[in-house]
Amino acid sequence: MSDDDRVFKALADPTRRFLLDRLFVRDGRTLTELESELEMTRFGVMKHLKVLEEANLVVARRSGREKLHYLNPVPIRLIHDRWIDKYTERRVSALADLKTQLESA
Amino acid sequence: MTTMTETTQVYRVYIKAPPQTVWDAITKPEWTQRYGYGGVADFDLRPGGRALARKGPSMAAFPDVPDVLIDGEVLESDPPNRLVHTWRVAMDEAMLQEGFTRVTYELTETDPGVTKLTVVHDLEGAPSVADLVAGGQEAQGAGGGWPWILSDLKSLLESGSTLAGR
Repeated sequence: MSDDDRVFKALADPTRRFLLDRLFVRDGRTLTELESELEMTRFGVMKHLKVLEEANLVVARRSGREKLHYLNPVPIRLIHDRWIDKYTERRVSALADLKTQLESA
Repeated sequence: MTTMTETTQVYRVYIKAPPQTVWDAITKPEWTQRYGYGGVADFDLRPGGRALARKGPSMAAFPDVPDVLIDGEVLESDPPNRLVHTWRVAMDEAMLQEGFTRVTYELTETDPGVTKLTVVHDLEGAPSVADLVAGGQEAQGAGGGWPWILSDLKSLLESGSTLAGR
């Protein structure tokens, strides 16, 4: 599976999007904190976090005895930059062409 | 503990380049001018040494910008594995007042020629800077912070050119 496939697969699930939303509101949470906001077993939440970590959307770091989970927006930025920026560039060059045409008319 | 978790930002990107290349792209001016904000890195890579980003050619259109954009001091340097330095926005008075934050780069070779780059930015007491580096001021023309810098760095090292074609 490619990196992009992992990202889209990870995002194609409401529970995993909910976990990302919680981390967006407040970053650096433990499994226990995240679990307390979901009607789901600890094991279920762990499985979802694992999918998010494999997609690099969540980075887990040790802080003393705790494992903290951080939202990593870089893979989403990579997707944005790969497609959205290309469209922006095209729009910009279309405007530049229009300007050239109007000014030379 | 609570303060620490809420004021730390963590970013990670996998780049198809060996750690030494990624290290050079972070610390050498000929590389840093070519992606992200395009600042000119000026590092003295030993504890206590300077960690600066100076104004580069990409900012020629902004004559009011001072020479030193970011200032700080190297705390740890273990090339090409780990770099820790303090980091302060020197080009904006309000952000200058928020003082020094701390940036940690961790580089790990996960497969031959593939580097896992993790950036940890400790931003205690620096809410405006935290917003800036998270990309929160991009609509105002302040760039997309770490996600944008790291995406552009990956693009440069893997394809030889950045998103802006620099």
